[in-house]
Formats: sequence, C-alpha cells, structure tokens
Amino acid sequence: MSAKKAKGAGVEMEDEDNGDIEVLLGGFGGQGIILSGLILGKAASLFSDKRSAFTQSYGPEARGGSCSANVIISDDEIDYPYVTEPHHVIFMSQGAYEKYVTNLRPNGKLLYDEDLVELKYRRNDIHRFGIPATRLAEGLGRRIVANIVMLGFLTAVTKVVDYDAMKSAILDTVPPGTEDLNLKAYNAGYDHGVKSIEHHEKQAKD
Amino acid sequence: MKAEYALTGRWYLNGDLACAEGALAAGCRFFAGYPITPATEIAERMAIRMPQVDGIFIQMEDEISSMNCILGASWGGKKSMTATSGPGFSLMMENYGLGIMMEVPTVIVNVMRGGPSTGLPTLVGQGDVMQTKWGTHGDIQAIALSPQSPQECFDLTVRAFNLAERFRTPVVLLTDESVGHMTEMVEIPPPGSIKLVDRKKPRMKPENYLPYEGGKDLVPPMPAAGDGYRIITTGLTHDERGYPIVTSETQEKLIDRLDRKILDFKDEIIDNEEFLLKDADVVVVTYGISSRPSKRAVKLARRDGIKAGMLRLRALWPFPEEAIQELASHVRGFVVPEINQGQVVLEVQRAVCGQTEVKHLGCAGRIHHPSEILSAIEEVEK
Repeated sequence: MSAKKAKGAGVEMEDEDNGDIEVLLGGFGGQGIILSGLILGKAASLFSDKRSAFTQSYGPEARGGSCSANVIISDDEIDYPYVTEPHHVIFMSQGAYEKYVTNLRPNGKLLYDEDLVELKYRRNDIHRFGIPATRLAEGLGRRIVANIVMLGFLTAVTKVVDYDAMKSAILDTVPPGTEDLNLKAYNAGYDHGVKSIEHHEKQAKD
Repeated sequence: MKAEYALTGRWYLNGDLACAEGALAAGCRFFAGYPITPATEIAERMAIRMPQVDGIFIQMEDEISSMNCILGASWGGKKSMTATSGPGFSLMMENYGLGIMMEVPTVIVNVMRGGPSTGLPTLVGQGDVMQTKWGTHGDIQAIALSPQSPQECFDLTVRAFNLAERFRTPVVLLTDESVGHMTEMVEIPPPGSIKLVDRKKPRMKPENYLPYEGGKDLVPPMPAAGDGYRIITTGLTHDERGYPIVTSETQEKLIDRLDRKILDFKDEIIDNEEFLLKDADVVVVTYGISSRPSKRAVKLARRDGIKAGMLRLRALWPFPEEAIQELASHVRGFVVPEINQGQVVLEVQRAVCGQTEVKHLGCAGRIHHPSEILSAIEEVEK
C-alpha cells in the first residue's frame, strides 16, 4: 500500500497500487509541455493496446508560470483520472521541479533537462536521468522541438510506450511539413535515453 | 453529414470536443453560444466544424440571446444546441422555461464548474443539478443526462438530441469541468450506424392541424416554419390551437400534458448503470465524474470484504426513484458522493423515505478521492 494525495485535498489517504502508470510532465508555458502530454496519451491510447487519460493543470496560475500535463496509462479501465503519486516525472523548468518533485513515488524515475533544472533536493530513493534536451533541439536548428527530444528520452528510459507507438503519435500530431525535424528530435532524445539507461544499469551493477 | 466531414474511428479527444462531435453526429446544424470556461472548447470546435457541414455557428452577445437563438433555429427546422457553464446557465433559465412551454426540441450543454456566481471558473462542480429541475419558474419536468467520460460526452450528446426530438423539449447535458477537460480515446461509429431520432412532423392537412394537440404519446407533431402549417406559439398558457387562454382550466390541462408526456414515458429516458448491485449491502449512488472514484471505491471495498455496489445515473432527470426504492427495501444504506453540498442526495432520501441510512459525501472544486468514498462506505456498512 502506498499513500496517495487527493487532488487539492491536502490530506494523506490510502489507495492500493492499481496497475495504473502515472506520468507527470512539468515546465513553463510555451515549452510544449501540454502537447507532450497529449502525444504521450495518444501513443498509449491510439497506437498501443492500452488506455490513457490525459489532464492538464488548468487555471489562471498556469498562464506563463509552471504548467503540468498528467497522463495515466493502464491496461484496464482508468477510474481515478488524475495523477497523484507519479511513477515518472519529466521536468523542463526549475519551477516545475520544485513544485512537483516531492510527489514522485519511491523508486520512481526523474527525467529532467539538465541545463534548465538544478537538482536541489536530495532523494536517494529515486532514479535520475538528465538530458540537455533544449541544447540538443537547438543543435537541430529549432529549440521549439525540445519537448519532442524529451518524448524520445522518456520513451527510451521509461518504456511506458514503445518506440513505434510514440513515433506514430508524434507524426499524427505535429503540423504538416515539420515531420522530419520532429523525427530527428525524437531520435536524438531516444538515442540519448538508450545510452542513459545503459549507463544507469552499469552503475547499478558496479 | 457529408462523409468527408464525419469523424469516425478512434480519436483522442477531451469531453468538450467529444460533445461537439456528438452534436454534429446527431445532426445538429445550428449552434449559438457565448464562450465560458470550462465550456469554451465546445464553441471553438463548433466554430470550426459548422461551416464544414453547411451548418451555422453564431457567437451571441450573451447567454440569454443564445438560448432564444437556438429555440428560433429549432422552429426553423434545425437541430440546435448551445453550451455554457453555471453563470450562463443561470441567464438561460427564463428561456429554458420558454422552450419547455413552447415545446421546442433543443440541447443545452452545461459544463458545470464551482458556484454560486462566478465561483470557480476553472474547477469542477456538480452544483447545478437542482437548478436544471427547479431553476426556471413554474412547474416543469426536466430531462438531463450526465456523462462520466469523453466517450460518454459523445454518446450522451447524441442521446440528448434524440430525446429532445422524441419528447419535443429542451434536454440538458449536465457534464462538468473534469470530464470536459479530460482527454481519452473516443470511438465514433460510422454516420449511418448511429441511431438518430427526428421530431414527428404533422401529416394532416394544414387546416386540420392544431399545434398543441398531443397525440397518443402526448407530443404534438411539429412542423418547421415555412412548411405551410399555421403556428401560434407563446410562453403564455395556451390551448390546443396555441391561443393564449389564461384560465385555470387551460393551465391544468396544459401542465398536466407537459408533465405526463415525460413522466408517463420516463422508462425511455432513465438510464442506470449497475455495478456489483445484486448482493450489495451498501450502494453508492453516483453520476458524472464522481462515478469514477466511486467505482474505484466499490472495487476497494469488495477487496476488503465489504459488499458494496454502485448505481450510476446516466440520466439524472427524470429521477429514477423506483430503482432507489427497490434497493432501499433490502440494503443497509446508501452513499451519495457529490461535488456540492447535497443535491441528488435529496432525491435519494425522498425515494428511500427513511427506510435506511443515506449518507451524503460532499466536496468542492475537486473530485473525490476513492479512499474518501471507501471510508464513507465503511461507515455505512458498520
């Protein structure tokens, strides 16, 4: 049993582990965080044999400040549609990291843009994976695809959806004419993720 | 709908967008509204989609005119809809009653947020259930449906149109911010395979037509303006000819027919989902987004050996009191989780009539966590 926080309730409550995988993506407005959540949910729902529910932080405070996308992925029907204690968190801003990192469940994976997020808090019960996503995107010519780099990284590191499902969801979503750039970004993130995982597993063995 | 503009197959849509697509699939070709959080996405979608299907989208100056506009469009022969949230729904109340009195098929979507007044524009609420039944003056029978997912936003919007056409009355889709802004897979059947209902048109000669004479089903046939039938329609109490006759006899006859055209046929409207009810000791009565944590709570209770079940109301009005009464005779109690201070619970209590415990579990601006509902189930089970 793990403790779960009800949305906005501010009280600890219990629920059993129900097989849902909870993913939280956080950053600031304009980085494409919400679109990333939509693409991830779509990859699970439309391009994998899974179900997903996608929600987003929604309110006046989200404009220009921290924003988050919440995705639940499951093999079964999803009852409670909000992320309470994520298995995976992806941060592209310091603000989002500071706001949401404590929710990450023990043994969870923390993915972050290493140029934008400084890991201030010590947590030894989680796995950390950094990537210079925005820098890699700039190398491809457009920093706007940093979120797609991150989706590639997420796919390789967390394996919540497979490579092809995420690729299909990206191509299904991005504007016509931008497919090549987005695929390059996706592959850049994915390759970085494969290396990170190898490195992480090697370290764990040592 | 022209085939190239009909969405079919599997889509990843939020509840608001699914609602707009449901309306289009149901044959809605007129939308008038005033954008309001959290219903804005419906208007946005309609603004894009209506021109594609040769329909009309109008952004009105407010919700009062929006409501009037869809009544007029319906008299013009179109299936029409508006979408709003609490503050707009309040403004629509007078002409919602006009639609009921003139017997105009149309659909009002209310994506509920926290109230009263401006309240919580961006956060969920379920506070408009009683307003749907009692918010307009006079005696009315409401028809209201309550979806729990984007898929049901599609399905129940289609159903709302079918019921509006069948009963010749405004139907309310009472959804909420959580469902409206949640994105899930929505499966849309091909256009020909969706069952659609169209209003009954008069077949008699125009000189024999009485615009407010109900037939066997108490619903008068409805021509469109320009069909050649002479129409008088008014919000005043009227006789079969539509003439305003402000006497108690006319009022009694008219209101009786308006009530019975819905209540005598309410089995066509009532739509309950039963989950683990057969041997249940404690029954969670739920609707809309609250159904989802409720279902989870029922599963958790069963895991703990408590015989819990769930009765989910996909139609809130007319209220399915017989189903509650039947359960009340043999269960230990009811739990009614709602994102309000107690509305549907009053109807449950009315049906239970003191036979057994009815526990309300309220919250505000958020949905219940399953563990809260589980605790309430445990309390009632003791």
